[in-house]
Amino acid sequence: MKAITWHGKHDVRCETVDDPEILNPRDAIIRITSTAICGSDLHLYDAYIPSMKAGDVLGHEFMGEVVEVGGRSTLKVGQRVVVPFTISCGACYHCTKQQYSACENGNPADNQDLGRELYGEPMSALFGYSHLTGGYAGGQAEYVRVPFSDVGPLVIPDDSLEDEKVLFLTDILPTGWMAAENCAIEPGDTVAVWGCGPVGLFAVQSAFLMGAERVIAIDHFPHRLELARKFGAETINFEQSKVYEALQDMTGGIGPDASIDCVGLEAHGAFADNVWDQIKVSTFMGTDRAHVIRQAIMATRKGGRVSIPGVYGGFVDKFPMGALMEKGLTLRTGQTHVQRYLPALYTAIAEGKIDSTFLISHRLPLDQGPVGYKNFKEQQDTWTKVVLKPGMAAA
Amino acid sequence: MPEPQPQQFQHRTAQPGGADDAPATASKTIKPDRSLSAESVTIARPPRELYDFWRDPVNLIAVMENVQSIAPIDRDRSTWTVKGPGSQHYSWVSRITNDVPGEELTWQSEPGGEIDNSGRVQFLDAGPRGTIVRVTIAYDPPGGAIGKTLAKLFQREPRIQSRRDLHRLKQLMETGEIATSARNRREHAEKSGADKGEQA
Repeated sequence: MKAITWHGKHDVRCETVDDPEILNPRDAIIRITSTAICGSDLHLYDAYIPSMKAGDVLGHEFMGEVVEVGGRSTLKVGQRVVVPFTISCGACYHCTKQQYSACENGNPADNQDLGRELYGEPMSALFGYSHLTGGYAGGQAEYVRVPFSDVGPLVIPDDSLEDEKVLFLTDILPTGWMAAENCAIEPGDTVAVWGCGPVGLFAVQSAFLMGAERVIAIDHFPHRLELARKFGAETINFEQSKVYEALQDMTGGIGPDASIDCVGLEAHGAFADNVWDQIKVSTFMGTDRAHVIRQAIMATRKGGRVSIPGVYGGFVDKFPMGALMEKGLTLRTGQTHVQRYLPALYTAIAEGKIDSTFLISHRLPLDQGPVGYKNFKEQQDTWTKVVLKPGMAAA
Repeated sequence: MPEPQPQQFQHRTAQPGGADDAPATASKTIKPDRSLSAESVTIARPPRELYDFWRDPVNLIAVMENVQSIAPIDRDRSTWTVKGPGSQHYSWVSRITNDVPGEELTWQSEPGGEIDNSGRVQFLDAGPRGTIVRVTIAYDPPGGAIGKTLAKLFQREPRIQSRRDLHRLKQLMETGEIATSARNRREHAEKSGADKGEQA
């Protein structure tokens, strides 16, 4: 089959690789009909995430048709499914508490040592996202093997809901939703959202649905800020305005009640701390570029909440621990417990309460994946979301 | 809870100011030419079920990556063959020395084996979280301290191995299968030791 594979920094290819096979009783094989490139895939593209190996198949946002099932799968051949990016067993302590992204059983045992060294505990398994998270082949491919297929995939019974309406249930929609949920929003709250990529834009929508009175969206891409404005957010362009000063003034000197960092470890902008972090990253001194989380902590009001859906991988220098403690902030973060949110978000989409198709700027055949990566990285203003279609005729 | 410390494994020295409550295996004074390791994992199944699985050593082949074969001799004795660094193999006869059904098993290698080892597995009731399975292994690494370093390099060191083995046990008992990220049967065979199949 054809698949998008990783070969190093800024080197992804469309190659022919072995077809996946059923290996465990709960497996299913899915024929991919739509698969997206995620902002977090760019962290792999930029080689920020350790433990990638040449030839790894990328992709953790995908859906398709069930073509083969193991003896204990509950899926049926022919069903249309969206597949969460988190691989969760459904039976361990965390899964039974609906903390699906903390599943203890998806990451193969001989693969857990690095995570234990880096984070004190092995990471849970994700599709197509390095060997830290299990080394599973991803879904930017014609076919994918889905473990624990009785727990993860959501069957889409309604054929009238086309792929593009439900595809983002795999990751970015629940991620934006959980980011807002982690803010424990109260009526009348003002929520600041750093980063108007897909997750940020869903966080904006989710915050309003959860009762936020105002959402202030921060980015430097005019088109992305325009999308945020469309959903009712006020905007700050950090290239034109000082973010902390603007937030203070816009909130009557209080600061936002809650802040969401939808940027993570590759913050843009010519800020002194970013430059310092960049030097350290490029000289392998190993720190994440953490301008956004520093700024969010400084800006949030006393007793406020800070939510981090943005991906971090390593260590952060000059973390404003004093501000976090002295202001009594609550910090919540983590990979998304996708399975927890699927049924409700699916219903919201089916009832037209959440729109996700506005995001998609480009649709490409699978073999154009490398072009998709390059432009998604280099033309972020206009390439807001790329969907790859294995069935689409090559251009 | 006391550690199994047969005479030859006296690792813990008296600590100034008295001992703390940490297990002996976390002691900073373990001699480098001996090895004592403990690993625990919590499994969401009842103690008795896990004890029963463990009591039949043949079951353990599936979860113990390094074990080439386990051949029962009688109810309490079995011959174990494991992979060591490189493609070395080591064998010994293991004898169960204490058996508390549903709670714990201890074992000791019989004299004349290639790796002198002893250990204990406990099945501690963890209430709604299931069972804490705790394995303590004491052994003389072949080749002493250098051998242990070699074993670590080849990831065949018992501490690393027992941690992985316990997580495979957890996967099997909680989910009914052992997780693999292989893409197909060929890759799966390469990862999970096809050579084991040849010997079994």
